[in-house]
Amino acid sequence: MSTTPNKPVAGKKSDQGFVYLPLIVGWLVPGGGHFLQGKWVRGTLLAVSVVAMFVLGLAMQGKLYTSMQEPLDMLGVAGDLCNGLLYLVSRVAGLGGQPIQTTVADYGTKFIVVAGLLNIIAAVDAHNLRTGRKQ
Amino acid sequence: MFHPSHFAAVLLFALFASTVFGITMRDTPVRMFRYGAYCFLLFVGSAIVLSWVMLLIAR
Repeated sequence: MSTTPNKPVAGKKSDQGFVYLPLIVGWLVPGGGHFLQGKWVRGTLLAVSVVAMFVLGLAMQGKLYTSMQEPLDMLGVAGDLCNGLLYLVSRVAGLGGQPIQTTVADYGTKFIVVAGLLNIIAAVDAHNLRTGRKQ
Repeated sequence: MFHPSHFAAVLLFALFASTVFGITMRDTPVRMFRYGAYCFLLFVGSAIVLSWVMLLIAR
């Protein structure tokens, strides 16, 4: 099974326009950075993965971190914020506000944080596509 | 509400994380699929192995 990492590709469009736009759009909307560059299949798979993980986390009664008083809570907020608009809309809608009372709710909380971290990986990948580091 | 078993949660977690890893860490569709499958097997396999280890430690 091949696990060889990607080789760097010579930058070909790094000087055109605002190179951080796919990164920002990809953070706000899962898969959006790839959609901007016409990578529809990749963007769709990334969007489905991140959104499904976030929604399943909420469906498992996972908690959205809001408090910044404890160090671990701050990390939770940082991870949740990586979900972009999903987090903001859910906060406004009052979702994920209940305390964790079951094991499944704890899984759900982790699903939400990891969805955010995966979203950031996807947004950085969109940035690499934009700068030509990746094909 | 959704109440999966622990193993079902592992499978879902592995599926979504492997999909993102495959797409973002490799260049071509074939290599993406192979790396995603590799990550999925590692996620699920390590969860099963660690479960047995914890069971044996608990005895």
